[in-house]
Amino acid sequence: MQSPLKYALEASNLSKSFQAGGRRIAALKNISFKVRNGMVTGLIGPDAAGKSTLMRLASGLLAPDSGSIEVLGMDATKNSLEVQSAIGYMPQRFGLYEDLTVGENLDLYADLQNVAVRERPSRYEELLAMAGLSPFKHRLAGNLSGGMKQKLGLACALVRQPALLLLDESTVGVDPVSRRELWSIIYRLVREKGASVLLSTAYLDEAERCDEVLLLHEGELLDQGTPASFCEPMRGRVFAMHGPAKRTLQTALAEEPGVIDALIHGDHVRIVMEEGVPAPQDMGAEISPLPPRFEDSFVTMLKKRGGEFHGNANPGKTIPESPLPVIELESLQRRFGGFTAVKNVTFSVSRGEVFGLLGANGAGKSTTFRMLCGLLPPSGGKLRVAGVDLRHAASRARAKIGYMSQKFSLYGNLSVLENLNFFGAAYGLTGKQGANRISWALEEFSLSQIADSVSADLPLGYKQRLALACALMHEPEILFLDEPTSGVDPIARREFWRRINDLASRGVTVMVTTHFMEEAEYCDRLAIMAMGEILTIGTPTEIKAGARSKALPEPSMEDAFIRLIESRGSS
Amino acid sequence: MSMRLNGLIRKEFLQIMRDPSSIAIAFLMPLVLLLLFGYGVSLDSEHIPLGVVVEAPSADSSNFAAAFPESRYFHIVHFQDTHQAVESMMAGRVNAIVVLKQDFPKRSRQPDGAPVQLILNGVDENTARIISGYVDGALQKWLEHDAAMRGDQLHSPIRMAQRVWFNGELRSRNFLVPGLIAVIMTLIGALLTALVMAREWERGTMEALLVTPISMNEVILGKLIPYFILGMGGLALSVAMALWLFEVPLRGSLWVLFAASALFLIAALGMGLLISSVAKSQFVAGQVAIIGTFLPAFILSGFIFDINSMPGFVQAITHVIAARYYVAILQTLFLVGDEWSVILPNAAALVLLAAIFLGITWKKTRKRLG
Amino acid sequence: MWNRIFALMVKEFLALLKDRKGRLVLVVPPLVQLMVFGYAATFDLKNVPYAVYSEDRGYVSRDLLAAFNGSSNFTLIAHPGDEREIAPLVDSRKVLMVMRIGPNFSSDLSSGRASTIQIIVDGRNSNTAMLVVNYAATIVQKFNREWAARHDAAIPVHIETRSWFNPNLESRWFFIPGIVGLLTLLVTILVTALSVAREREQGTFDQLLVTPMSPLEILMGKALPGFLIGILEATLITLAAVFWFEVPLLGSILTLYTGVFLFLLSAVGVGLMISSIAVTQQQGLLGAFFFMVPAIILSGFATPIRNMPTIVQDLTLLNPMRYFLVVLRGVFLQGTPFHLLIPQLWPLAAIGIASLAIAGWLFRNRMY
Repeated sequence: MQSPLKYALEASNLSKSFQAGGRRIAALKNISFKVRNGMVTGLIGPDAAGKSTLMRLASGLLAPDSGSIEVLGMDATKNSLEVQSAIGYMPQRFGLYEDLTVGENLDLYADLQNVAVRERPSRYEELLAMAGLSPFKHRLAGNLSGGMKQKLGLACALVRQPALLLLDESTVGVDPVSRRELWSIIYRLVREKGASVLLSTAYLDEAERCDEVLLLHEGELLDQGTPASFCEPMRGRVFAMHGPAKRTLQTALAEEPGVIDALIHGDHVRIVMEEGVPAPQDMGAEISPLPPRFEDSFVTMLKKRGGEFHGNANPGKTIPESPLPVIELESLQRRFGGFTAVKNVTFSVSRGEVFGLLGANGAGKSTTFRMLCGLLPPSGGKLRVAGVDLRHAASRARAKIGYMSQKFSLYGNLSVLENLNFFGAAYGLTGKQGANRISWALEEFSLSQIADSVSADLPLGYKQRLALACALMHEPEILFLDEPTSGVDPIARREFWRRINDLASRGVTVMVTTHFMEEAEYCDRLAIMAMGEILTIGTPTEIKAGARSKALPEPSMEDAFIRLIESRGSS
Repeated sequence: MSMRLNGLIRKEFLQIMRDPSSIAIAFLMPLVLLLLFGYGVSLDSEHIPLGVVVEAPSADSSNFAAAFPESRYFHIVHFQDTHQAVESMMAGRVNAIVVLKQDFPKRSRQPDGAPVQLILNGVDENTARIISGYVDGALQKWLEHDAAMRGDQLHSPIRMAQRVWFNGELRSRNFLVPGLIAVIMTLIGALLTALVMAREWERGTMEALLVTPISMNEVILGKLIPYFILGMGGLALSVAMALWLFEVPLRGSLWVLFAASALFLIAALGMGLLISSVAKSQFVAGQVAIIGTFLPAFILSGFIFDINSMPGFVQAITHVIAARYYVAILQTLFLVGDEWSVILPNAAALVLLAAIFLGITWKKTRKRLG
Repeated sequence: MWNRIFALMVKEFLALLKDRKGRLVLVVPPLVQLMVFGYAATFDLKNVPYAVYSEDRGYVSRDLLAAFNGSSNFTLIAHPGDEREIAPLVDSRKVLMVMRIGPNFSSDLSSGRASTIQIIVDGRNSNTAMLVVNYAATIVQKFNREWAARHDAAIPVHIETRSWFNPNLESRWFFIPGIVGLLTLLVTILVTALSVAREREQGTFDQLLVTPMSPLEILMGKALPGFLIGILEATLITLAAVFWFEVPLLGSILTLYTGVFLFLLSAVGVGLMISSIAVTQQQGLLGAFFFMVPAIILSGFATPIRNMPTIVQDLTLLNPMRYFLVVLRGVFLQGTPFHLLIPQLWPLAAIGIASLAIAGWLFRNRMY
């Protein structure tokens, strides 16, 4: 099925804006590009970059304000029905009916795509085999794991062989093994069937797997090219700095002129230098060159556009030393009905440590986390946070912890100041002390300008800052962060982690969950979780070393993760 | 039927079967509502507590007081003095007081007669009116009896013989239960459809449906047909309960009942779809459906309250309430029979409303987001 | 402790009033229901369409018809000339009543004999039918009294009817005090039932639980806004009742607010119960709906409790709305003094305390 068309998708001067809360928000600002046929094109960008809007325009679900978009040679707006019978589309939440079985979902989409009944058995067999779902044909889609749902969603989108497959953030929160399988399916589709694929993702590391990349940021197309063309200008500008105290080293490097980016990465600090500037020699660190990554080029581009760090990492109070571990878990268990979400989890975290829990959605990390915060009673085992079980602790013990949940759970229709006021009072900060902390938060997080804005309307990066400000109002000794940076742009993520590092260096214990492999590198130690169990615990370097082999001398965190899951599956 | 439509309908049925809340709204709700209303709401006033005060007992007064015997309708409470009776009425223990004053025996012999005071508690005005009617009737009977006894002149030259057609025993259940069917069908048609449509938006499955080469007509029909069938199932259950549990007579023919209900159901489904084209979350859709369809079906349909007695602007509003026409058909079919002069114009109104609702829905829902 | 509860209350109010949906819940349903019940819910009959089939040509029948025509309750719309026309008129709902006067009507009366007129009533709505009969009987009796007076017949007894508390027997006076109760219940339950579910959906409830606030403080912080909003709602509807619908408020405000206060204990308690069970706002809404419908139907709001089967009557003893309606109608229309309402107030208090206790228990146990 080789199409004579050169481009699968052509957009010219495309603009689209939405009305939200009295304001008009431009989702796409006059962008033009072409997607070549027969290859995998990645649409890369953080949340609110305009990726989903673009996908919906391409599938005819939205009409552009101006400009045009042609899909497979047809106008996606005027001939949407024709376009829709030629494309496959997988929306963010996979578009599955959870109360239908795997087979019934396939039947529905086959009916909707007019797949002839006699062609179905062989097609289903092929798709289910490809997705590894053959044994689960009669299982309800709602009872599948995240990775399986994703593959079923893909199978439904492919039920009639599409000429163009659109995947909208299909890899969010899915474990790395499933992610890798998805990529191999996508490539088989492109290589064997000649289909074109346009997929959007917020994971910058996925860019390197695409044939070509469209980099989108705040509705603008920053650049288009092969992943290599993004990395090439960065060659010779990326270094690893090995030093004794990585946190202080990172802070010092970040202040150094000529340094674009300084980031903790396992046991070293990874820096990106401005063009022609050598790595700083006088930091007492051992310097070795590193190959550039896609993210380096993105951060450099954003910095050029004037993306600056906010706040000034104001020194706060230092938490006194303590000989005992701050967080302790001993064979912690949690069951929901017949299902065991957390099995025998044991670890401890000491003062000033940044400890990560890494795993896919449904791995049990959120459940573990909620038990630690006292939000969920354990079914078995022991746990201690700051020496007590928070579930039964007096409110004084809870005043020692700060908590920032997924999705930045603030009161969306309250203003920034009202949120701060409320959390201040909730933590018992009154009078002068309360006023001091609020002005601290407004200044430290550069929120003064937007103090009266409704927090739901804020850009994601601001919401994240506000959420952290609320969690830090009462200067907690322990900080719990549940997927704190998902979807924010790399600059906001760096800013966030700079604060966390600063807190950790003053003795605040930080516990963080993430499904970002990259974020795991920022932690002192981490535990990798899958199916409710801890697969391994160690420093990022130790964990990566465990996956080292002849074929893979420099394994990434993802390689290590996949190896752990596979070795567990085979044992 | 196209393969696409077929697939959608099959999907909807599988979902209905696996989602207990749809079954609950379609079958459990009619059951609960019918039981609640069938037993809980009754306008048949019986055992109304009536206070009788005889200030000066005498042969005449006790003769008259006997006009108010203990009956199915009245529970008689005797009082010694008016003050006591009034206090009892204030506390809600009696609904009305009949007072025979001190001078009753004397004045009853005088030409202009003795006044008997009837003090009604007007708070519950419906009951008050009923009591007033009963007491008047009782007096009339007593007067005739008295006149006959004394061979006296005619006191009441005109007698009124009343004949109540269609519902001779005046059982309120006989009109409340058919009316309730309209409320239940509104709930199934409008609320359930609005909720399931909103659910597809909320769960992101609508988006996945819309990118397939399906037409909006197929999406609308794919919802209409399954919930139409479900609604007719709910109707069958309600009618069965009306006939066998509440013993409401069905004097018209069953096929007319089902045909008229089908028309109403299409109008109600149209309302549900219209709501869901505006409200894309289940929360908002639920509220709009309750305020916009359930409440009017209750109050403005003529199911309990007489439409002719409402103020003009409210009467005008009732013309766009589909339940109004359906209630008229239902009450006639159950209690009168296949009375075409009622059924046809009301059915025509239902057809018109259904066409309007579906037409607006069809116009409003385009295959686009945002 | 009070600082934290106060902060939570302030937040609760801000969240409710700044949310468009929240404001809608507070404003639209009450307004719609006030209008609907205030204007549409009426048992009064006006302009009952009727027909007269008279075979009598005498003056007495003319006088009687004039009496009917003079009443605002009846509107003559047909004058069938044939007996066979009667049934179609009734069947097609063109008329609600047909009056039939026989050929000898006038001559019978003139010669001192009694005569009978026949009233045929459409019984499809039995309540309406009964009221039509009563209206007709009233006119006929008045005619009889006047006839007797003109012909010097002594009537030993006549009835002087006075309706206290509602002299014109207006339905509106009956329904509107009830609406004060209905809407206070509706708004309070919706506000409290949805507040926790909303926080659970948005994920802020976890954020709240990890603060040093105790469950009791959170419960108070959720209960008090519901309480205040309930009092506000009751006040607004009371004002509308008095100044817009001109329903008299005869009793003491203090007695009224004692009732409101005790009733709100139950309303808030039930709202919090739903709240602690419901995980989503959807479930909260459904729960509120399933509590409200029976609570209103079985309260005497529209039809007297006395008419219900005994078992159902016993069941209504658990319904706080039942007692509150008696208090409301008593205070509004009867000016009932406090001491006569004590039999209503103490069950209200008992149910309120019990429901709050259950809510507190559920809240503790279902918080996580």
